[in-house]
Amino acid sequence: MSGANRIKGKGRLTPAKTLRFKFDNRILTAVEGDTLASALLANGIHLTGRSFKYHRPRGMLSAGPEEPNALMDVGRDAVRRTPNIRATVQEVYDGMQTRSQNRWPSLAFDVGGLNNLASPFFAAGFYYKTFMWPKAAWKKIYEPVIRAAAGLGVAPSEPDPDHYSNHFAHCDVLVIGGGATGLSAALAAAHAGAQVILCDEQPETGGAFHHETDATVDGQPGWDWAQAVTAELRAMDNVRVLTRTTAFGYQAQNHVGLVERVTEHLANPDPSLPRERLWQVRARQVVIATGAIERHMVFANNDRPGIMLASAARTYLNHFGVAVGAKVGVYTACDSAWNAAFDLKQAGVSVPAIVDVRPDPDPALVARAKELGIEVFAGQSVLDTSGKLRVKSMKVGKASGGSTRDIAVDALIMSAGWTPSVHMYSQSRGKVVWDEESKRFLPGRNVQDCVSVGACNGVDDLAEAIAGAMKAGHEAALSAGVEAGKPPAAPDAETQTSWAGSMMGSAGGAGPDTTVKAFVDFQNDVTAKDIRLAVREGMHSIEHVKRFTTNGMATDQGKTSNIHGLAIAAEMLDKPLPQVGLTTFRSPYTPVTFGAIVNHSRGALFDPTRLTPMHGWEETQGAVFEDVGQWKRAWYYPRAGEDMHQAVNRECRTVREVAGMFDASTLGKIEVVGPDAAEFLNLMYTNGWDKLEPGRCKYGIMLREDGFIYDDGVVGRLAEDRFHVTTTTGGAPRVMHHMEDYLQTEFPHLKVWLTSTTEQWAVIAVQGPKAREIIAPLVEDIDLSNEAMPHMSVREGKISGVPTRLFRMSFTGEAGFEVNVPADYGKAVWKALWERAEPLGACAYGTETMHVLRAEKGYIIVGQDTDGTVTPDDAGLNWAVAKKKADFVGIRGMKRPDLVASGRKQLVGLVTKDPNTVLEEGAQIVADPNQTVPMTMIGHVTSSYWSENCGRSIAMGVVIDGRSIKGKTLYVPMPDKTIEVEVTDTVFIDKEGVRLNG
Amino acid sequence: MLLIHCPYCQEERPELEFRNTGEAHIERPKDIAGISDEEFEKFFFIRANPKGVTYERWRHIHGCARFFNAVRDTVSDRFVTTYKAGEPRAEVERGDDGVLTVKGAAQ
Amino acid sequence: MADIAHANRIEPLSGRVGGAAGVSLTPAGAAYRVSLRVDPAAAKTVSKKLGLELPMTPKTSVQNDKGRLAAWLGPDEWLIIDENADPLKDLEKITTLHSAVDISHRNTAVLVSGNGARATVQSGCPQNLSDRVFPVGSATRTVMGKIEVVIIRTGEDDYRVECWRSFSDYAFILLSEAARDCLA
Repeated sequence: MSGANRIKGKGRLTPAKTLRFKFDNRILTAVEGDTLASALLANGIHLTGRSFKYHRPRGMLSAGPEEPNALMDVGRDAVRRTPNIRATVQEVYDGMQTRSQNRWPSLAFDVGGLNNLASPFFAAGFYYKTFMWPKAAWKKIYEPVIRAAAGLGVAPSEPDPDHYSNHFAHCDVLVIGGGATGLSAALAAAHAGAQVILCDEQPETGGAFHHETDATVDGQPGWDWAQAVTAELRAMDNVRVLTRTTAFGYQAQNHVGLVERVTEHLANPDPSLPRERLWQVRARQVVIATGAIERHMVFANNDRPGIMLASAARTYLNHFGVAVGAKVGVYTACDSAWNAAFDLKQAGVSVPAIVDVRPDPDPALVARAKELGIEVFAGQSVLDTSGKLRVKSMKVGKASGGSTRDIAVDALIMSAGWTPSVHMYSQSRGKVVWDEESKRFLPGRNVQDCVSVGACNGVDDLAEAIAGAMKAGHEAALSAGVEAGKPPAAPDAETQTSWAGSMMGSAGGAGPDTTVKAFVDFQNDVTAKDIRLAVREGMHSIEHVKRFTTNGMATDQGKTSNIHGLAIAAEMLDKPLPQVGLTTFRSPYTPVTFGAIVNHSRGALFDPTRLTPMHGWEETQGAVFEDVGQWKRAWYYPRAGEDMHQAVNRECRTVREVAGMFDASTLGKIEVVGPDAAEFLNLMYTNGWDKLEPGRCKYGIMLREDGFIYDDGVVGRLAEDRFHVTTTTGGAPRVMHHMEDYLQTEFPHLKVWLTSTTEQWAVIAVQGPKAREIIAPLVEDIDLSNEAMPHMSVREGKISGVPTRLFRMSFTGEAGFEVNVPADYGKAVWKALWERAEPLGACAYGTETMHVLRAEKGYIIVGQDTDGTVTPDDAGLNWAVAKKKADFVGIRGMKRPDLVASGRKQLVGLVTKDPNTVLEEGAQIVADPNQTVPMTMIGHVTSSYWSENCGRSIAMGVVIDGRSIKGKTLYVPMPDKTIEVEVTDTVFIDKEGVRLNG
Repeated sequence: MLLIHCPYCQEERPELEFRNTGEAHIERPKDIAGISDEEFEKFFFIRANPKGVTYERWRHIHGCARFFNAVRDTVSDRFVTTYKAGEPRAEVERGDDGVLTVKGAAQ
Repeated sequence: MADIAHANRIEPLSGRVGGAAGVSLTPAGAAYRVSLRVDPAAAKTVSKKLGLELPMTPKTSVQNDKGRLAAWLGPDEWLIIDENADPLKDLEKITTLHSAVDISHRNTAVLVSGNGARATVQSGCPQNLSDRVFPVGSATRTVMGKIEVVIIRTGEDDYRVECWRSFSDYAFILLSEAARDCLA
């Protein structure tokens, strides 16, 4: 027998199947099927942790996901470790390591417990009010100390070694909850032929049958019936049963998130299995069968270890075979706790007393208690408890005064009735409605295609719940479009346990006139008194009360506390409870790991990495890569002993002296085809395209409607009705989208189609005096002579035996070509060209050299020298704006008053007085360096490099009215010095452009 | 994740395939070069952003790639209807239950 | 000039193998691909030239007996795939107004096969791929994880996932990851 409190013959576990696990420094034994909570209780351990604020000793309150107290650090090894795991949910596996949290130096002796002695100072809003002065102390003194003492558990410091998977799933009917009603609904829907997913967060279905052993369905014990139905469902092709699976979020249009815990209960999980699966279910119909959660009683010192929910004690007994104590007191406002008492008593546990706040509990229950020898205190309250690390006694008496009795107990079980679990309904955006008769919030009108059945819908009677669920399941199948046939007949069902009786708010002895610590929210250490204080301090909305007190926050999201908190606030406000309102149920309902939400999207799958066809070659050449969007682009090619600066200088020099090869494949490309192609480009670009002859290219500027530069690129005309458009690397997708937008919605009359060809073509730029010499021997069918193929022309032919679109163009200022070949040939053609280039003394160059070379020529980069507020005129590109066109995108925007006014920032060249000083890009420019701070900034540096070819630094920047102050000296103030610059034009090399035609 | 009915694909498809592209039924002036500053401001800058019924453009960018128009209730975040670009503005009305429907459409 | 060596074709997923119990992942062979744009009203003559009936129903594809496949991507857009013959050749002389653009090298594809194939693809694709709405022959442009793909269901347990070449590494890794849990 594992654990002294295990009762022979009780429960559904197999005693022979024992497991060992570690709790703090102790090795304990459990039985297969135990939760961590049931295993600890079997070993007589109630104390599992310290509370959040007061560091009060705490133990298990519940036997399920509503647990506020028993949060543990659970793991299999140093890296696989998770804090804040609910002991009541976590199944024990062999070798599991668990640790209590929030205690130092040990669980039994905790220094933070001093907070408890100082608790009069720690009332609601304490932090807000106390640490306000002096202001400076907050950051340096108060906050670090509070932060160190606060928080739940310790986050792991290592990366998560497990993996997680994602499944999009589509079904006719999703059933949330695998208790009697959920199973019934799933069965009916499944028999109707619907595709069904049933999920339940426990390892086994059965819901309340975990504790209610006095129920029968279809002539069998309820538990057995549930397992038989589950087996039947599992055997059906149209049903997926997911246990250990929590529905944590109900989103728009029946999109429900489920997390399935796949390996967390296994000692040696198959490493190929994901730790968790995220199921993103899209259901035509959802059946919500989430049951109800028992509430605790709110009374003085109701938080001592050993004090727990009656249904939990009953679950530990009837399912796990564990007695939660040897001498168990009962405090209740609800019938069901009596049945728990009876079960305990019949299992041989001493039950000295049942205290029921109701003056006249059901006589049948009273009679049964008497028969079992349990003393009954009707109309009385538990006024207080004693016991340091475990409850020792309860003080019973009338709240109104009079004599009291101390009754020795080592556990105290309680019930204030049942709260329907309406969170899924609420997340579906339904509005809960107060039911005055049963005093609870119930689902109102369904906003989505869903239905609530059973206890979460306020149906407490078992037979009625099952029959209703069967009908609902059948109807859900019908509504999902399944030809369902006749609904199945509901089975007979009955139970001895009644859920009648309920109380909300503080019980006797913890009313408004008292100062006792009667906990409402155990996890956040919120007492009835705190809620009253919040109301007194002016928090009249329940949402404000929640935030002021933190009631209902953190991992348990107020599952046991919300209604009590609301009732106490309503009492203080002297308002009917429904008028105070309920706080919103946000997802996730229970904590969900980041792993499950992120699932595949980490490492290589965090973001796609895009490589060009030549990437492999570039790697073998030792290229250093830079990220440009999702692309990896060769940045520079350092040779032995070279740093970046030296490599870039060599590359820059070589391109202008010999030649260089550059991978330009990432440039966006769009094929524009159709008889109206030129007309369409007329509208898209500032320039005119009618006169561009096939075989020629032109640089184009594209504006947004507001008149600012959006993108630029070279466009080649291949035929009357076919253009090859290039865009910037980063602009490719948005330019395509922008063009499609205008084509489809503003100019749909134009006969033209767009196709993205960015990735169809590998692009090899060969630039420099020897460019032609390099490519010529490999090219067929194209006359490369200056006369036949001048600067800015395009030809189709062959290179290395494969088709090419060969552009004569330049972004370096040198004569050059851009060789486009079908992408799969890119690497081979590159290598063939390299075999020509290398012996001639040419080099491969990267994006850094490309940037320097273009800056030497004053060519702009959209997005670097422009920032979305630069007009063509600002950039000195007025020459590229057609004067005679009646329309193009941006034609009106660029004439707006502010855009044509003087005083705009214009692109200019900047040269430093000291040629060796390289400006910082982004640095601000001022006219007078001696003015007081803050200075008037008249511009900023957009591009700045060391130019090896110029033998000095060069820069471009935008400066107010810059073109009119060429030759003037401006200043760039930096933290350590002020740099003098002279305003120049933007071309630093070959101002006449003769090299282009070489 | 919403499901959006694409009027070209003629079925509901997951939101991830779509992109919202701003307010619908704002026509680019035919003589845009000649309009006044005020007219340009109205055309380009001023947007309705109402609570309730909103007309917006969407593109089924990762599907059929078509632009289309939609009527959505910003309060319930529900689509009332979607229709092809170029089709007339769909008129809608709010029923007693607060739910928007297309005017004249069969209930 | 006579002895210019013909450049080798290197496909982006060349040499990759993948899969897990229940599913195999295979890079598709080189193929001719054309992005075809034509007014659906004029599709008839184009169909004749192509030797297949261009599908007019959204989300469908047609394959002729020579293995040429046409997938409906939009109301005036089709993706033509042919491993043997170049569809552009057949469209060269056509007078019907249309746009045919070679995208043979823009796209590549992964073939996903086996009883876990659907679950593998569905792991990253939010669209409903179940039999009722995505029977054999269905084809759609959609998303898979963080990229755009075209998914063509070529058989009961066979899917062709087309994507742009630079996204193929991502696609292959995602499918490989998803394959591990395809029998869930």
